[in-house]
Amino acid sequence: MSTNTSSPAATPAVGRWQRLRDSYLAYSFKRDWGAQLCLAILLGLISMALLAPWLAPTDPYDLAQIDILDSELPPFWVDGSDARYTLGTDAQGRDLWSIILYGTRVSLLIGFGAVLLQALLGVVFGLMAGYLGGRVDAFLMRLADIQLSFSTLMVAIVVGAVVKATLGGAFYSDYAVLMLILIIGLAEWPQYARTVRASVLGEKRKEYVDAAKTMGLGSRRIMFRHVLPNTLTPIFVISTVQVANAIISEAALSFLGLGMPETHPSLGSLIKAGFDYLQSGSWWITLIPGAVLVVLVLSINLLGDWLRDVMNPRLYKG
Amino acid sequence: MIAFLTKRLMHALLVMFVISVIAFAIQGNLGDPIQQMVGQSVPESERAALRDQLGLNDPFHVQYLRFAGNALQGDFGYSYFYREPALEVIARHLPATLELVFGASLLIVLLSVPIGVFSAIKPHALLSRFFMGVSIVGISVPVFLTAIILIQIFSIGISVTLFPGSTAWGAWLNAALSTQGHMPSFGRGYELVHVMGHWDTNLASFDGLKHLVLPSIALASIMLPLFIRLIRAEMMEVLQSEYVKFARAKGIAPRRIHFLHALKNTMLPVITVGGVQIGTMVAYTILTETVFQWPGLGLMFLDAINRADIPLIVAYLMIVGVIFVVTNTLVDLIYGLVNPTVKLTGKPA
Repeated sequence: MSTNTSSPAATPAVGRWQRLRDSYLAYSFKRDWGAQLCLAILLGLISMALLAPWLAPTDPYDLAQIDILDSELPPFWVDGSDARYTLGTDAQGRDLWSIILYGTRVSLLIGFGAVLLQALLGVVFGLMAGYLGGRVDAFLMRLADIQLSFSTLMVAIVVGAVVKATLGGAFYSDYAVLMLILIIGLAEWPQYARTVRASVLGEKRKEYVDAAKTMGLGSRRIMFRHVLPNTLTPIFVISTVQVANAIISEAALSFLGLGMPETHPSLGSLIKAGFDYLQSGSWWITLIPGAVLVVLVLSINLLGDWLRDVMNPRLYKG
Repeated sequence: MIAFLTKRLMHALLVMFVISVIAFAIQGNLGDPIQQMVGQSVPESERAALRDQLGLNDPFHVQYLRFAGNALQGDFGYSYFYREPALEVIARHLPATLELVFGASLLIVLLSVPIGVFSAIKPHALLSRFFMGVSIVGISVPVFLTAIILIQIFSIGISVTLFPGSTAWGAWLNAALSTQGHMPSFGRGYELVHVMGHWDTNLASFDGLKHLVLPSIALASIMLPLFIRLIRAEMMEVLQSEYVKFARAKGIAPRRIHFLHALKNTMLPVITVGGVQIGTMVAYTILTETVFQWPGLGLMFLDAINRADIPLIVAYLMIVGVIFVVTNTLVDLIYGLVNPTVKLTGKPA
């Protein structure tokens, strides 16, 4: 598969930044306002999450700042709202705006962390399966097949349930971020492994691999230094979709009570916590975090779609 | 054919073996069954006796063989919570889930084929763009959130006061956008019709069907976009192929080309993906049933986890494993039968 971003630097005088600016990627980005809007929204949400301690008017983790008498106040455009709480409060009296900022932070942290782990496992296994072939390939791909036939969410739910029951609820809650990253990372590595393997199979027949072998380089060096850089484009493309999937998986696990505890909520556990109050009319506790989650995931998915269209060489070089 | 069948069956058996080992390992390590079965006041000596009696002190492989032998005879032990055979509990909850999956599948099949085909034939039409836009939003909304939004709109109701109520058009718009919640939001209702055994159906009474509507839509919402996009992509590819061009050149009516010649080859990959998606569907029933308190397998599984009801968890995993393996094998066989290019001999091409 030919790539447009990782082409070998023919002229060392041209910097990376210059190359990126002249690339087809940047060219089509400048012409696609949808992609620009999505990136702007995504960067906005990420910076809001990163700056949460400074942006949030209250610290939702600090019990001293919470007053139970302030619970279930509606957002500002509904009658009965309180000027101190722009988006209203949740059932415990926490400021919804503050807790959404912190919740987005947790969701993004788990999303990116899980994808990093998936990519690490998937790339290593995919390279091994594709390059070494034979039994290693058969074993790893059979494993990936089985895991995928169960669907990643099912695997994540089962693993989450078992880990929680084994370690106990309190311990699980204490290390929930780490646990979720591990669970989602372990559940979704086959996606990466398959993608990497497919492009490695295409790459390893090429002459530069033969040349490297003739020079007497070891297979580990050939795999990571020669073949891997040429498989980066598909990895890059599926990474966006995988981040979106990981965030949704985290939300789903949290919604089922297998994720972040309510004291340290992610967007998913906020939705879960609010759902109990939906029937009593306090829709904002669940629907506002839900809207944030949808906007976050949607902007990532749309960016991923755009990236796939741009980076798929078949479509524009064909 | 025989070789292909044998190979698939061997694969299926291997997968079932792996699942059973995992399920059994869970059984051995999850929670403390004694604590679940007896109260606080039971002394340690009696607990130890019970532990011995249940065979919890035997070595791993002895326990596994006993477990596998019992499982083959349909004996997954007693549920700690329901105090009846785990398989019995599952059989009681299975019809509810199957009816939910049936409702969702019906929606998916009825909607995805026409929408997918239409947006492939007319990719630039306004309606196709609308469907594509809706489908990417659909993928991005988690299923439990779709369910919550459906409950808010159709069973709690929303009153819109966005437009000025004093003007006639404002009042009309407000009324048009507001909904009165009258759809049931939880459970299967009380007007179930008994069919046979554990099977009480929602499908035979108006009230039962009403209870089925929202959960089915929620469950379908996550798969529908996927199928629409898949059918569209496959159809567009098929429409580029030589035989379709030839059929056009021959002067065959476009409708006949689209729905007879092209659709046939479009559905091939859809069958495979559909089979694989059954696994995803089972995972999503857990979420859907949790939101709607639908008394099916998913809700039962989640309750079993919270109660550390290990035999029930293990039985669920095994039954779901069987469902996966059987459907995946069947899909592979059907695919092999309908697609003449698949080598049934099992030899590499």
